[in-house]
Amino acid sequence: MTATEPSRTAAPEPAAGPARGDGEKGSAFVGLSRVMLLGFVRDKGTLFFTLALPLMFLLLFGVLYKGGGSTHVKVAEVGRVQVLDDARSQAQGALDALEITTGLSEADALAKVKKGDLDGLVMQKPDGTLVLRFSQADQVKAGTVQGIVNSVVQGANQAAANVAPKYSLDAAKVEDDSTKPIQYLTPGLLAYAIAMGAVYGASFTLVTWRKSRVLRRLRLAPISAGTVVGARVLVSVLVALAQTALFLAVAQIDYFGLKLTGDWWLVLPLVVCGTLAFMSIGLVTGSLAKTEESANGMNQLIILPMSFLGGAFIPLDFAPSWLQDVSRAMPLRYLIVPAKSVLSQGGGFAEALPAMGVLLAFTAVLSAVAWRFFNWDDA
Amino acid sequence: MSEAITADGIRKRYGDVQAVDGVSLSVATGEFYGLLGPNGAGKTTTLEILEGIREADEGRVEILGLSPWPRNPKLLPRMGVQFQASAFFNKLTARETIRTFASFYGIGSRAADAMLERVGLTESANVLTSKMSGGQAQRLSIACALVHDPELVFLDEPTTGLDPQARRNLWDLLRDINAEGRTVVLTTHYLDEAEVLCDRVSVMDHGRVLKTGAPAALVREIDDTVRVRIESGLLAPDRARELLTAAGAVYSNLEDDGVTLALSTAEPGPVLSVLAEQNALRGLEVRGATLEDVFLQLTGREYRA
Ligand SMILES: Nc1ncnc2c1ncn2[C@@H]1O[C@H](COP(=O)(O)OP(=O)(O)O)[C@@H](O)[C@H]1O
Ligand SMILES: [Mg+2]
Repeated sequence: MTATEPSRTAAPEPAAGPARGDGEKGSAFVGLSRVMLLGFVRDKGTLFFTLALPLMFLLLFGVLYKGGGSTHVKVAEVGRVQVLDDARSQAQGALDALEITTGLSEADALAKVKKGDLDGLVMQKPDGTLVLRFSQADQVKAGTVQGIVNSVVQGANQAAANVAPKYSLDAAKVEDDSTKPIQYLTPGLLAYAIAMGAVYGASFTLVTWRKSRVLRRLRLAPISAGTVVGARVLVSVLVALAQTALFLAVAQIDYFGLKLTGDWWLVLPLVVCGTLAFMSIGLVTGSLAKTEESANGMNQLIILPMSFLGGAFIPLDFAPSWLQDVSRAMPLRYLIVPAKSVLSQGGGFAEALPAMGVLLAFTAVLSAVAWRFFNWDDA
Repeated sequence: MSEAITADGIRKRYGDVQAVDGVSLSVATGEFYGLLGPNGAGKTTTLEILEGIREADEGRVEILGLSPWPRNPKLLPRMGVQFQASAFFNKLTARETIRTFASFYGIGSRAADAMLERVGLTESANVLTSKMSGGQAQRLSIACALVHDPELVFLDEPTTGLDPQARRNLWDLLRDINAEGRTVVLTTHYLDEAEVLCDRVSVMDHGRVLKTGAPAALVREIDDTVRVRIESGLLAPDRARELLTAAGAVYSNLEDDGVTLALSTAEPGPVLSVLAEQNALRGLEVRGATLEDVFLQLTGREYRA
């Protein structure tokens, strides 16, 4: 073991005295920010992992999942089906989720159900029996189509028996429209992208600057720790906002069709808080790791599980409850869930503010941990 | 003249290694001062304690009348520091690097570019620091240490690893820096460098200062001796002692390191005739005293950087 010493200054000191020469006030902050920004744009690896790769994920998943996730069920009405027509004329709510096609022959309709173009077909036998054929390929839709048709038949039976329904169910979806994949893909992959950028930005700055002795050189310059940290925060936040702009621009093109709702701009303060939280993770790994390789390993070991468990790649709405509980421990979740809500589901301050609080508290705790392990040099 | 630096009894220990073992020194304002010693002598550690990036276990340091530890922001703009190994931001060019360092001191880009010109790097201004040669990197390092016009400059082995021409060019630059009235503290393991550049040197070994003085004065103290060297293997050391004693030659510090057999003497005549008789003159070298002999006299060892 080499002897290390806990050499660190007590508190950020103010810059000393008036500078000589053609000094401009505050230029250390500008100079440091510029260095960090240049380090970012000149590193092809960083650009790829923080911008290109997450964007490729968005495009890929966006294309793959397009059309999926809709709760609309397509059904063919073969011949005339009295109950269905009656229900439709009475504008029963349950039928909203059915998209009914008419005019197909039984054979054609059956072929389409088998192929998956339709989710089911309904016809009425001369004796009044209602026939429903559906595909099990999509279990959710199979269940939906059975449930809806069943409720229509029961309603018709009660009406025929002249019995007023004793209980009625008024079911309606929370979302004004059915959830499209782009609505959860965008915040999920954006959060992943921001986590990559912020964690790596903070940890690699620490490790490379320590290794190349820049950190100890900075200690000998009359600048405060606050200036250095402030510049790093500024650059990481700029990168995160650029990622956000890029993701929202792509998600809103017609092909993907993301529609922003009301207070969508709340995603910006959420992104800032998320960036701070992820940077604090990078500060910890950058303080612990001596080399870029080990920092890289630690970062991946944290970001990947955090992204999966936090719901960056797959929505956790249908996950088992233990997984939901685990996800609540992931800072990423506190960016994804409220971002999804404010972006496209009409969420507002009530969704964003508590999550921002959690992210900032997380930042405070991890920054304190990082400070504990921080070292100016590795000797 | 007032003192730019005073250090009193500083010590620093790393585990089992006593890197600095009670160093006291003082450097006058405007002086060119050298810390000379072989690798591992404790030069860098001493310098780091003076600069205030390492805390001494014991002892007292005053730089320009102020204490450098804990980090003293009042002192920082008044001193310039060059580390033994360069400290550059990654992925920046030479010009971007010096402008960045300049910005830390509130110095604008015009002054930064002028400093780049001064160390002869204008042509290489757009070269990435990672692509620069050793000499260019050292000059940029020094430029970064000087960009804010400090009154006290610390340089840790600035010429190590450079070819002879580059070393000489750098010496000119260092002399100019000092001639402008700056106090310069330099460490080196090159005896000739200390001899050429320094007003005063402290010879260090094993964490201690063995002797301090002007190089010429240190040499003069022992200048009645010359150092005689021949190739090793021509004459066994024991046999040589025997023959020299028999011939009545007066000598000291006879040693053979496997490459060279060397001895010191005030009267080279009898020594040389013994060697000639034995036909052991291959590689013969007779030199007046240098700092090397000072080191030899102080430690009883040949100087090996
Ligand atoms: N950070 C460190 N940890 C442990 N040992 C060190 C450290 N720095 C220097 N040393 C040891 O202290 C001694 C003096 O080193 P140094 O001051 O670098 O000497 P010099 O600069 O004269 O070569 C050497 O034995 C070196 O191995
Ligand atoms: Mg050294």
